Amino acid sequence: MDFVVITLLNSVAYGLLLFMLSSGLTLIFSMMGVLNFAHASFYMLGAYFAYQISTWSGFWLGLLLAPLLVGGVGMLVEWHGLRHVRRFGHVAELLFTFGLAIVFEELVPLIWGKASVPYAVPAQLEGALFSLHGAAFPIYKGFMMAMSLGMLAALYGVLTRTRIGLIIQASLTKPDMVEALGHNVPRITMLLFGGGTALAGLAGVIGGNAFVTEPSMAASVGFIVFVIVVVGGLGSLGGAFLASLLIGALQTFSVTLDVTLQQVLTLIGLSLPADTNLARVSLVQLGPVLPYLLMVAILILRPRGLMGVRES
Amino acid sequence: MTAPSSLPRQVLIWAAIFVIACVLPSLFRSGFLVSVLSQIAIMAVFALSYNMLLGQTGLLSFGHAVYYGLGAFATIHLLNGLGKSATPLLVALLPLGGGAAGLVAGLILGRMTTKKAGTTFAMISLGIAELMFATTPIFPSVFGGDGGFAGNRMAGKGSFLGLTWGPQIEIYWLVLFWAFVSAGLMFALTQTPLGRVANAVRDNPERAEFIGYDTRQVRYRMLVLSGLFAGIAGGLSALNYEIVTVDMLNAHTSGSVLLMTYTGGIGHFFGPVLGAAMITLMQTLVGGLTHAWLLYFGLFFLFMVAFAPGGMASVLSRQSALVKAGLWRCLLPHYALAAAPAALACLGAVGLIEMAYALLAGHDAASFMGTSIRLHTLLPWLGAASVLIGGIAGLKWVIGGMSDAWHQALSQLQGGKP
Amino acid sequence: MTASVPALCISGLRKSFGASEIIRGIDLDIAKGERHAIIGPNGAGKSTLFHLISARLAATSGTIALKGEPVTGLKPFEINRKGLSRSFQITNIFHSLSVFENLRSAVLWSLGYKYSFWHRLSVLRDAKERAEHVMCDIGLQNRRDTAAGILSYAEQRALEIGITIAGGADVILLDEPTAGMSHSETDEAVALIRRVTENKTLVMVEHDMGVVFGLADRISVLVYGQVIATDTPQAIRANPLVQEAYLGTTPVSGNAS
Repeated sequence: MDFVVITLLNSVAYGLLLFMLSSGLTLIFSMMGVLNFAHASFYMLGAYFAYQISTWSGFWLGLLLAPLLVGGVGMLVEWHGLRHVRRFGHVAELLFTFGLAIVFEELVPLIWGKASVPYAVPAQLEGALFSLHGAAFPIYKGFMMAMSLGMLAALYGVLTRTRIGLIIQASLTKPDMVEALGHNVPRITMLLFGGGTALAGLAGVIGGNAFVTEPSMAASVGFIVFVIVVVGGLGSLGGAFLASLLIGALQTFSVTLDVTLQQVLTLIGLSLPADTNLARVSLVQLGPVLPYLLMVAILILRPRGLMGVRES
Repeated sequence: MTAPSSLPRQVLIWAAIFVIACVLPSLFRSGFLVSVLSQIAIMAVFALSYNMLLGQTGLLSFGHAVYYGLGAFATIHLLNGLGKSATPLLVALLPLGGGAAGLVAGLILGRMTTKKAGTTFAMISLGIAELMFATTPIFPSVFGGDGGFAGNRMAGKGSFLGLTWGPQIEIYWLVLFWAFVSAGLMFALTQTPLGRVANAVRDNPERAEFIGYDTRQVRYRMLVLSGLFAGIAGGLSALNYEIVTVDMLNAHTSGSVLLMTYTGGIGHFFGPVLGAAMITLMQTLVGGLTHAWLLYFGLFFLFMVAFAPGGMASVLSRQSALVKAGLWRCLLPHYALAAAPAALACLGAVGLIEMAYALLAGHDAASFMGTSIRLHTLLPWLGAASVLIGGIAGLKWVIGGMSDAWHQALSQLQGGKP
Repeated sequence: MTASVPALCISGLRKSFGASEIIRGIDLDIAKGERHAIIGPNGAGKSTLFHLISARLAATSGTIALKGEPVTGLKPFEINRKGLSRSFQITNIFHSLSVFENLRSAVLWSLGYKYSFWHRLSVLRDAKERAEHVMCDIGLQNRRDTAAGILSYAEQRALEIGITIAGGADVILLDEPTAGMSHSETDEAVALIRRVTENKTLVMVEHDMGVVFGLADRISVLVYGQVIATDTPQAIRANPLVQEAYLGTTPVSGNAS
């Protein structure tokens, strides 16, 4: 039971981190109608920027500056790149972000090397927060959760309580009308893109040292974030939140539970021929498959996603 | 998007490609060239099949490698299954087995993917492809684990029309034969009711429903046929390399074919062929020179999306129309004027990237035009950066005039038409 | 099928979006060969009614029968195959295809070529002739190979009608065919509509009263999602209820009762 509690906490920490990524992606999608393929690249940039700053002046300054820097890069990308491609349509926009992801994935090792960098958890946050019968829950995971929840509250506050948040909400559904009311929609778009990428950057700052900071980190998390926004429903923040926790749990539990497919199926009263390869497949092996399976199933059964309002 | 090209021009392009494909290997008896040409022909079929979706039906797929990869696996299994009875004639027919595998995969997967177009299609194609790839380690008997499967196209005895498929040049002729057959069929498809209605569905799916067409059925049929040709391409690849690995059906392969097709030009039938040739050449030539090839490629792709969304084919056809109309003369000075700063900017960027790669590889010095550059000093970096910035500034300076001249020429071109 | 079967029979049709009911119980019979106009103030639900008939939207309740056959719940393409074709208020054409290809695409299904990939378009004489015939009808023969997206507005409107009639449907729905046209363009459009809907059933939504009274055999007046009157043009002109609705002297109260 204690093991389950710890794993559950771990999965929530991971799920909240995923939500930090997917919320930015969702906001950008709502505003621009385009899935940002380079979104995970900004996550990676956040981790590397934070690492670089931490080598000069420690973790905390990186935590503050790195997301801002990433947001700045995001705004530049929107301002000098995406904005000009928009007139060619959504496919061109999407492909632009696709190309951007390739460039980032090549640029990062060019600057920081191909191997992982020693971006470490700060000493203040090392150690166990508490332990249950030998199973420890690290302080840093607790810190991640606190950061994510704080960000979540801040995001909610900005979107619902501030003037800019209301304008953004209006722009999400009726950009023409907002423009007609005299607001500068291109600038709002740029700011939103910057904000969304800054969120990804923040996720990178606190995720980079919890996991590994390496050039392939964008690719490994990129597809998962797509799965989340699709499963949650394109453009739905609530859906993204739900799906983030779901996928976080799915991934965390599948790597920690040492059971085979046969055993899982027995639980629900099914069985496979004992001698086949399929029966010996363990859940750890199936782990990477599960998110995609979920995404395909959702797209077939409920193309709007869990809480989505539009289909494409 | 579909340029109304006259039939003689189409014939001319087919003939030109045919002549180039046949003459080049006879002219230069180089094994390297032949293997590059084989690769181009295979990728051309794959990219053409991809464009049946993207260019003709308006479906952006991130998982087309599934059909290509399954075609390759089917072919290698057939080849190994035949063993010693794989006579050269049978081997020559094996790509059809790959095509059948692609077709069947399309029949099954298309049911799930073609319900919707747009982002939903893109995401579900990505999801299914990732699902497929992530599942491969569970079925080592089908996908062969990390090592994949090897085969031997000369396992059987005898010959067919004097061909044994031993030398690379012989397999090149086989690849070329199937490439032309496939391309011919795919071209023919664009001239059929289904092909035309696919264009209509791409342009305006809603209206297509109001002229009697079930858009889902149109998409489904196009996807299945596209799977067939992607499978043939995969089969050709299996025969050409005699090895098939799971990498053939991963997201990277799906991405490559998308990039080839798009940079070649999705609005012209031959655009994907051009893209396949261009990217494969870049990959082998630039990839041999520098480790930074993917970075250059990414930058090139960004440039294409931002400035030439119609791809190379549309750039070429625009220019050739301008040449024909005699308007090129007005543009030539502008092109020449822009070429110098553009070259400077490229030089600066390449310099920076190459020095960074050299540094990354642990070198202290790099050589440029015979002189040694010390990488740990500031000067070469400043030099390269100022060349880059100077080039960009120069480009900004001349680009206004060029764009004016360009629009003027274009409006003359359109106005001049009857 | 006897001559008395109406081309279109709508009964008890309702449509709600959330809490607001846009179509509030419509009963309407349109005879074969009739030219029927639907008029009414903005927001009366005219376009919604068209969307319901052509299955672009699903009705909340009620039934629709086409030539005596129930078509409620069918998909747009299924209704189209049964002989009902419609145009759109906002031009809805195949932008990158040429004028000729737009029209040829529109005739393919009805000529039975369906999803064929074994016929060559260039040898399909019947499709070519029918497309060219429609192209002459709508006066776009000079623009044969021009991409539809770069035609002028009036030309696009004509093509819109062309695509609608090309399939040979015998019940034609036109949604504001003359919207945004100048006087001379409108006159040409009226002549065109008269020409191409010869011997067909026509239902049209139109704001231009000149067009309505010039073309229609009967007129229905739609106000707040209900038909307050259906009659000949003369009778509609004289109808006090209609005058009320249009001049707004007294609020429109529940009319049907």
